[in-house]
Amino acid sequence: MTLPFPILIILVPLITAFFIPIIGWWRRDLCYPLVIVALSVSTLSSVFILHLVEEGGTIHYYLGSWDPPWGIEYVIDHLNAFMAIIVSAISLIVALSSKRSVERELPQKVVYFYCLFLLQVTGLLGIVVTGDMFNLYVFLEIASLAGYALIAIGEDGAPFASFNYMIYGTIGACFYLLSVGYLYVVTGSLNMADLSRILPDLYHSKVVLMAFAFFIVGVGLKMALFPLHVWLPDAYTYAPSAVSALVAPLMTKVGAYVLIRIVFTVFTPSFSISLIPATTILSWVAVIAILFGCILALGQTDLKRMLAYVLIAEVGYIALGVGLANKAGLTGAILHILNDALMMTCLFLVVGAILYKVGLRNIHQFTYLHRKMPITMAAFTVAALSVIGIPPTCGFFSKWYLVLGAIDANQWLFAVVLLVSSLLNAILFFRVIENIYFEPANAHGEGAHEEISVDEAPLSMLIPILVVTAGILSLGVLSGKIISSVIQFAVPAGL
Amino acid sequence: MELIISKYNYWVYIILMMIGFYAMIGKRNLVKKLVGMNIFQTAIILYFVSTGAKRGASIPIVEGGHGEAIHAIHAAHYVNPLPHVLMLTAIVVMVSTFGVALALIIMLYRRYNTLEEDEILELRK
Amino acid sequence: MEAVSSIRPMLAVSVSALAALLILFTGERRRNLRELWTILASVTKFFLVASMMPTVLAGKIIECTIIDFSPGIALQFRVDAFGFFFGTLASVLWIATSIYSIGYMRGLNEHAQTRYFFCFAFALNGALGVAFAGNLLTLFIFYEILTIATFPLVAHRETPEAVRGGRKYLAYLLTGAAFVFFSLGLTYTLTGTLDFAGGGFLRGHGSDNLLRLLFVTFVLGFGTKAAVMPIHEWLPTAMVAPTPVSALLHAVAVVKAGVFCVLRVVLYVFGPQLLSDLNLWLVLAYFASFTIIVSGMLALAQDNLKRRLAFSTINNLAIIIMGAALLSPSAIIGGIFHIAGHGFMKITLFFVAGAIYVKTHKENVSELDGIGRAMPITMGSFAIAAMGIAGTPPVVGFISKWYLCLGSLEAKEIVFMFVLLTSALLDIAYFFPIIYNSFFSKPQGWINSGVDEASWLMVVPLTACAVISVILGIAPDAFFRFFRVATLAARNIAGIG
Repeated sequence: MTLPFPILIILVPLITAFFIPIIGWWRRDLCYPLVIVALSVSTLSSVFILHLVEEGGTIHYYLGSWDPPWGIEYVIDHLNAFMAIIVSAISLIVALSSKRSVERELPQKVVYFYCLFLLQVTGLLGIVVTGDMFNLYVFLEIASLAGYALIAIGEDGAPFASFNYMIYGTIGACFYLLSVGYLYVVTGSLNMADLSRILPDLYHSKVVLMAFAFFIVGVGLKMALFPLHVWLPDAYTYAPSAVSALVAPLMTKVGAYVLIRIVFTVFTPSFSISLIPATTILSWVAVIAILFGCILALGQTDLKRMLAYVLIAEVGYIALGVGLANKAGLTGAILHILNDALMMTCLFLVVGAILYKVGLRNIHQFTYLHRKMPITMAAFTVAALSVIGIPPTCGFFSKWYLVLGAIDANQWLFAVVLLVSSLLNAILFFRVIENIYFEPANAHGEGAHEEISVDEAPLSMLIPILVVTAGILSLGVLSGKIISSVIQFAVPAGL
Repeated sequence: MELIISKYNYWVYIILMMIGFYAMIGKRNLVKKLVGMNIFQTAIILYFVSTGAKRGASIPIVEGGHGEAIHAIHAAHYVNPLPHVLMLTAIVVMVSTFGVALALIIMLYRRYNTLEEDEILELRK
Repeated sequence: MEAVSSIRPMLAVSVSALAALLILFTGERRRNLRELWTILASVTKFFLVASMMPTVLAGKIIECTIIDFSPGIALQFRVDAFGFFFGTLASVLWIATSIYSIGYMRGLNEHAQTRYFFCFAFALNGALGVAFAGNLLTLFIFYEILTIATFPLVAHRETPEAVRGGRKYLAYLLTGAAFVFFSLGLTYTLTGTLDFAGGGFLRGHGSDNLLRLLFVTFVLGFGTKAAVMPIHEWLPTAMVAPTPVSALLHAVAVVKAGVFCVLRVVLYVFGPQLLSDLNLWLVLAYFASFTIIVSGMLALAQDNLKRRLAFSTINNLAIIIMGAALLSPSAIIGGIFHIAGHGFMKITLFFVAGAIYVKTHKENVSELDGIGRAMPITMGSFAIAAMGIAGTPPVVGFISKWYLCLGSLEAKEIVFMFVLLTSALLDIAYFFPIIYNSFFSKPQGWINSGVDEASWLMVVPLTACAVISVILGIAPDAFFRFFRVATLAARNIAGIG
């Protein structure tokens, strides 16, 4: 297959990222349209690739026409195409809504912001489409470095949070590099498909075992799996709004994707499930992550920080699905990657809109907001219902598969934890919803109100929020189609 | 003893890595953390390169270059070039990380006037 | 059972969702247009449901599959006799409640009326979805929609007490939903399907103890909405809501949906045969009896009229569940029919409570002396409905109690007949003083302060419901063919024809 779409996905944002400082120095206003165009090209390419993959099976693209395993290969199967669409579409939506908030929060640095934004997206897309282990490391670091810089532009505590993130993130990436090195030493190959062929003979070697362990820790640091999540709350709370909206839904999900790749593609399921109890340990860690995230979120009054802890719990859900390692569980995990990306995008975009319009972050200050920004608050409610897992929003359906997976694996405790976390999420979000919608009793007599006019967020923020909300509502009901056409093939056979 | 002598490259890199790791976590000063990070990454690069070494091999450049007839190449005569190439990329990554980190440190110093982690945490309260 | 394909179930369910959106966009400025949407939607819904009557009476099922979720589960509506029964009841009572709500809200000049009507319409969406659901997952989806839509209604007043009531409501119902979720997952894992089948589909799919555990989780889950004891506490607390909402909760939608789901589980998921094999029916019947007696006694102790009515509802819901638990055909018919009978009677009682509140702002039984002379039509309807709840002919309550007693004889457990008689006595004990005092005690200055009947928007619905209760008591198949449909449902369950 020599159609250039796999490389186009990455190349267009990358080249545009290089051009933006130049063009921005010349005309600042051109940055935003350029970013939108680049990301639209990426999104369209990924949609087209999904179409091709559905018709013809896995796509292979050889960089520089060098055959694998000597050259770098880009492999797009169902899982990759699925992730590529998620990453590019979400970044497009966030980019669309970022215009106003960036101008408000970072007036001098608009050009650099967009440059780093595109670099981050390039890195994430690269992780998703590549089929080579070392190439993945390079893109991982591109994304991470752009992330450190983007987060550091934020408000007061941001540079320090970013520094901490950097320390942790570098440890994670270096562990990843180390394990790639171990695998290379024993097998002589860096290509994922090649490794999955060669490794089964070497499963009893200690080197491979160490490599696997380093992988899990490294990727766990990147995806903020408990107990390696410590950097996340600070980093996402202090980052600028547009950055949180970009990084929060994507970075951790791409990390989860890498986890799935390693546990099920590079190391075949027989290794991860039977030979060493990796998936069992993973599922227990994930359960603790879920409970930890939900419980700690209860104590937060800053909405963004609360959402950061909810994100840790959501990562726990995905890791639980991976750890359950049966068909239903993995379907739930992959579906949850999509659903969680949508929910978190919506929530963080709403937070950004609230910050832009009224400058408030403390949930106790949210009274009267439903009058001022009714549409935004409705979107928030829908996203909150999705996090809780109320049908027919999409969050319910991924939870359904996860619970099915837990019952299938005879782990009833996990099912109970999943349901308890739904209730904890309900407490979390209804606290905020009550503050938004119910006014203090003395404010309304028999119909007398203060006159608070509707002052909605600007259209450039409102339309992306509405698009994502429509997605949350419709993709739930359509989840059957998504599973039967895409996810079903992404789940490795033999589970 | 045999174990240590024959695998000395592994021991060196492990010790270096642990020094760097300790510095990253245990030191209070931000610049020392950064130095630790650098040592950590360098240790890994050292490990990679050391795995490519072979007994009695020379550097992986073919004499005679292009244009002239290429003799048969015995892989055992040349050090494995792939780790070198990979590590060039990794060194670039390391340097960029270092650059970003230094930029962050400058920002932090301008804001808090100190580079000690505990003092910064105090100031942030 | 022959199946006919039609989009009418989906239309009937979605018409109120559409109305809800129209209400939201019409807003407070054009309130008459907004109320028009509600009335129009309720009438349309009723006609859509009624149009399905001939097919259902002929013994066929109407199917409408919307989308497949995964092999074996689809978003699917299947209108069988039992679902049609509940759907008819809900849509009829919505018409009455809508008219009443308009009178109530305007009479009190309540705030946030748009939100109120929006949530009401959405709640009916959920209720009909529950009624017409063809499998457990569709049922659960609409069950949750019902919960979420009714939450803003319960906490409508936004006083700290109301907010607390709303939180309790949500806490109980969402916890119940978690239990239902778990039961659904377990059922699917055991059987690979979630479709309802008259007579149950769980037989032979798991060990006895596992099935018993599954039954317990199901009953705990759906039982929260059906207000079985000991998870009933949310219902009296939810009386802090405006009265039409309480009427909705008690008679039209919420607890009826809960009891509907419990009956679905007992009769269409487990089935009489399996339950009698597992000996679970006796356990359920005893729990129901316990609830009946205790709630009757608690009702005596309440001074707040709506709380007294709340405990009376818990009483009657337990009667319905007992009817299903007895597993004999007459008991099942009696139980199902009581869903409708009690619906009409209870809604009359709540409408009266609301009318009294609008006119006098009085909520407690002890303050109602002599009010019957100031509001004769209202209290007259109250008297009729209260007599019906106690089981006095010719009001409809007598018919369901008759069939339940027959059923307990058929099941060869006479103790339940005595439970029913005791509950009738308790009903008389806590209703009769109200009726007596309101007509025959010294008035507390009502007539002087100009209290008279509430506005026609409230009086007409409540009188109509009282009258219908009497008509249904004399001719149970009048208008809606409730009795015939209930009998059809019982035959479905027994697997005949």
